[in-house]
Amino acid sequence: MNVTGVTKRIAAIKFAHLSPDEIRKMSATKIITADTYDDDGFPIDMGLMDPHLGVIEPGLRCKTCGKKVDECPGHFGHIDLAMPVIHVGYVKEIKKLLQSTCRSCGRLLLTGEQAEEYRKQRDRMEELGGDTLDTAGISKETAKDAASRTTCPHCGTVQLKITLDKPTTFREEGHKLTPKEVRERLERIPDEDLVSLGIDPLVSRPEWMVLTALPVPPVTVRPSITLDSGDRSEDDVTHKLVDVLRINQRLRENRDAGAPQLIVEDLWELLQYHVTTYFDNQTSGIPPARHRSGRPLKTLVQRLKGKEGRFRSNLSGKRVNFSARTVISPDPMLSINEVGVPVEAARELTVPIHVTERNLAQAKEMCARGPAPAGPAYRPGVNYVIRSDGRRIKVTDKNAETVAETIEAGYTVERHLLDGDIVLFNRQPSLHRMSIMAHEVRVMPFKTFRFNLCVCPPYNADFDGDEMNLHVLQSEEARAEAKVLMRVQEHILSPRFGGPVIGGIHDHITGSFLLTHKDSKFTKEETLKILEKIGTVNPPKPKVIDGKEYWTGKQLFSLILPTDLHMTFKASICQRCDPCKKEKCEHDAFVVIRRGRLLVGTIDEKAIGAFKGRIVDKLSRDYGPDKARIFIDSATKLAIGAIMVRGFTTGIADEDIPDQAKREIDDAMQQAKLKVEEHVGAYRRGELEQMPGRSLEETLEVEIMKVLGKARDTAGQIAGRHLGLENSAVIMARCGARGSMLNLSQMAGAIGQQAVRGERLSRGYWNRTLPHFKKGDLGSEARGFIKNCYKSGLTPTEYFFHSMGGREGLVDTAVRTSRSGYMQRRLINALEDLKVMQDGSVRNTAGTIIQLSYGEDGIDPCRSVQGDPVDVDDIILEVLGDQGELIAKVQEKGVVSYGIQDRDLLETPSEEAEQEVEEPEFEGGGGGEEM
Amino acid sequence: MAEEFNVLEHELVPEHHLLPEKEAEKILKELKLTKDQLPKIRLADPCIRALDVIAGPVEEGMIVKIVRRSSTSGVSVAYRLVVRG
Repeated sequence: MNVTGVTKRIAAIKFAHLSPDEIRKMSATKIITADTYDDDGFPIDMGLMDPHLGVIEPGLRCKTCGKKVDECPGHFGHIDLAMPVIHVGYVKEIKKLLQSTCRSCGRLLLTGEQAEEYRKQRDRMEELGGDTLDTAGISKETAKDAASRTTCPHCGTVQLKITLDKPTTFREEGHKLTPKEVRERLERIPDEDLVSLGIDPLVSRPEWMVLTALPVPPVTVRPSITLDSGDRSEDDVTHKLVDVLRINQRLRENRDAGAPQLIVEDLWELLQYHVTTYFDNQTSGIPPARHRSGRPLKTLVQRLKGKEGRFRSNLSGKRVNFSARTVISPDPMLSINEVGVPVEAARELTVPIHVTERNLAQAKEMCARGPAPAGPAYRPGVNYVIRSDGRRIKVTDKNAETVAETIEAGYTVERHLLDGDIVLFNRQPSLHRMSIMAHEVRVMPFKTFRFNLCVCPPYNADFDGDEMNLHVLQSEEARAEAKVLMRVQEHILSPRFGGPVIGGIHDHITGSFLLTHKDSKFTKEETLKILEKIGTVNPPKPKVIDGKEYWTGKQLFSLILPTDLHMTFKASICQRCDPCKKEKCEHDAFVVIRRGRLLVGTIDEKAIGAFKGRIVDKLSRDYGPDKARIFIDSATKLAIGAIMVRGFTTGIADEDIPDQAKREIDDAMQQAKLKVEEHVGAYRRGELEQMPGRSLEETLEVEIMKVLGKARDTAGQIAGRHLGLENSAVIMARCGARGSMLNLSQMAGAIGQQAVRGERLSRGYWNRTLPHFKKGDLGSEARGFIKNCYKSGLTPTEYFFHSMGGREGLVDTAVRTSRSGYMQRRLINALEDLKVMQDGSVRNTAGTIIQLSYGEDGIDPCRSVQGDPVDVDDIILEVLGDQGELIAKVQEKGVVSYGIQDRDLLETPSEEAEQEVEEPEFEGGGGGEEM
Repeated sequence: MAEEFNVLEHELVPEHHLLPEKEAEKILKELKLTKDQLPKIRLADPCIRALDVIAGPVEEGMIVKIVRRSSTSGVSVAYRLVVRG
């Protein structure tokens, strides 16, 4: 808890080798026997489980330091190898050294001047801020230069070619070099020459890369497990060490007994194998050492490497306390910056309260309630009390009162969560900063985390079984920081595109559409029902029609707008008529807000939707995040009120079209089919006119695709004629709540051409897609055109083709996610230590410049307007106000004289262009456990 | 053989200017930077080799000013330190 001492900056880290002397010096005991325990189950002295190496059994004391389990850090032992062996981790370096030094005198194969030149280069590089990689590059070059020499400039010996026979055998012109010979050569390299090769002779000598002593890690690193049956099971590393010891013993005996050279060499190689696999059991070129069961052993390198290795899993991946995870569910009555926490979780998650004289009484009262206060209302209790000396006392129902008595200033009390506490809420994958946001707690009954639906888009959450994590902040600093930087309302505007990511979705949009479209009217009763949701009790002045009081939806929506808001934009339902009739739009798609009153226009996705909501965007930019939050809260509540009052449902009947229309669609399909056949006929007769840059076959395909694409559109249009705005499904599609007109035309009209890799289906059997067709049939049906709609149902072949198209989509997503996940990982690793400094420059931790000004313009993309520093259009509108003609003039001028302003001032660029060939969407169901 | 191609004239290659010693120092002072904090560019970089021909010998430790067209700020200026290699 208490930080003592001075914090210092790490200037550099130096790596060196362990010398055999050091290995022996730090060793608590020499290991000689391969046996671990004797018959009574006690560890054998000078065995691999020697009690000098540390304790793993509770109750025992370490023979080296006398401490108990958890206090004793464990101690290294060592094995003296009978013959030296090469360390696999250093073969590359050894090869480099052997090649760049003389085989007889050991000097670097460069003349004095040449070596001096490289040393100078190294100095200069350091002066100019070269990092270790740069200096390593120089060493590499030095070695390369030296290796190219064929005679030693110092003693004149002719050098022989040294090759590496992977993984650990060195050869000199085919003649094998024993590790012993290698070691002797390395010993001969003088200290001065090592500097040029990038080795600091003060801390390491190259011959240490050939092992004569092997450190034995403490038992705490390789604890043995006692199974239920009482049998001991040893760690993989211990198993490997046993192998090393056994062969080492045999090798020594044979050598000392004067066994034939061949046998000694075989054993020596076996020892090399065991030591190699002890370090890395996945060394290429040798079979991995296996457990009795056939499973490859997990040795040292395997412990560190990869996703499950020590680094990624244990060091960069932290597990934390004060966190909770459960299923999420929606609650539209919560504010967007709240999160509903189940009582059970709230009683487990605690906030440390530092007791002072001022909150002493409070703390005592809270503690006296114990860890589970009774009563219908939720009251916070206390789980732990931390005394001034740092001792933790667990509060139980029994001792609660007594512990409460002892509390005094200076204690810390860990109290349960309370409404209003700041917590972090997260959903994986955490792809952007909006994946972890700070919410305020609302303790609630039942067992799920609940939050407002508007925050689904940033988390990319739905409620088909998704789970989310919650973290309770444990310090004042963290809470303050989270409150300023991480609260939900601070993230309404996304840095990704400088627009809102939080806003109404689905029913919110349908609701506000129903509330505000054209001259929707609500009776007093309905109005009160709607307004009750936002808590406003004074409705505006009603309109009286036929002696009855009515409120228009536009009036009601105006209630939640700031009184000085001016806006003009086109709604989602805009049909893009030419010319635009502006205020007199017959679709009510031209939104005009003046002095906080919605005069004309419909509120839909363009106004309050996540990603597109113009009002949300403007409010959070001009009025601040808090106002924007309140607006989103009330706008969505109003919308829900409206949709509940009017009632809204959709069903398969929404895609009903008259028989007459069905016949028309059939006709259109028939015609398209004939036209395709015509094209195919022309192709077969060789009458098809080839398109420039395309083969005849490609020309045919393009022509056919054109015809079939048109056919689907025609079907959609015919169906669309009978699908008006009184249709629920159409309302949702048009106002941007869910679905698109294309989806609808596929349901009511025709599904259209299925495609794999952007082409008509062609593969399957020889020259045909399915055995239902003739070989070489190029007709529409044979190549995946679906003339039916989802409602009328697909024929068996159509169904099969549809599945083919759908499968491609699924494979695509699967590939895309894994691919982009890896790219993201690489990106994050490269960028994680960059930050924007006070002067606006982007620097890394070394202080070197990455960009002189962030993003070259120093603009925070979060505060940008779709990436631009200032919203010029908005300013012009603000200045010119209602003068629509002037705006028109500005538009005209923009197009004519500058030739750049080619987009409509009132138009936001659409998120993505609508896709042409629609692939059926199979939504991946539910999160995680569906066993 | 045709004249050797000058990379600096390609439209995708930003402008490179060799800074005289004095100006380089002035800019470092202005930005409150030391040479080692600058991004680097290698002597062997095609642009530097072209610059070497046009603007006189380029040596290690010199500073090159690079002016790019930028989609965010119109024109952006960057400085790079010439290093070996």
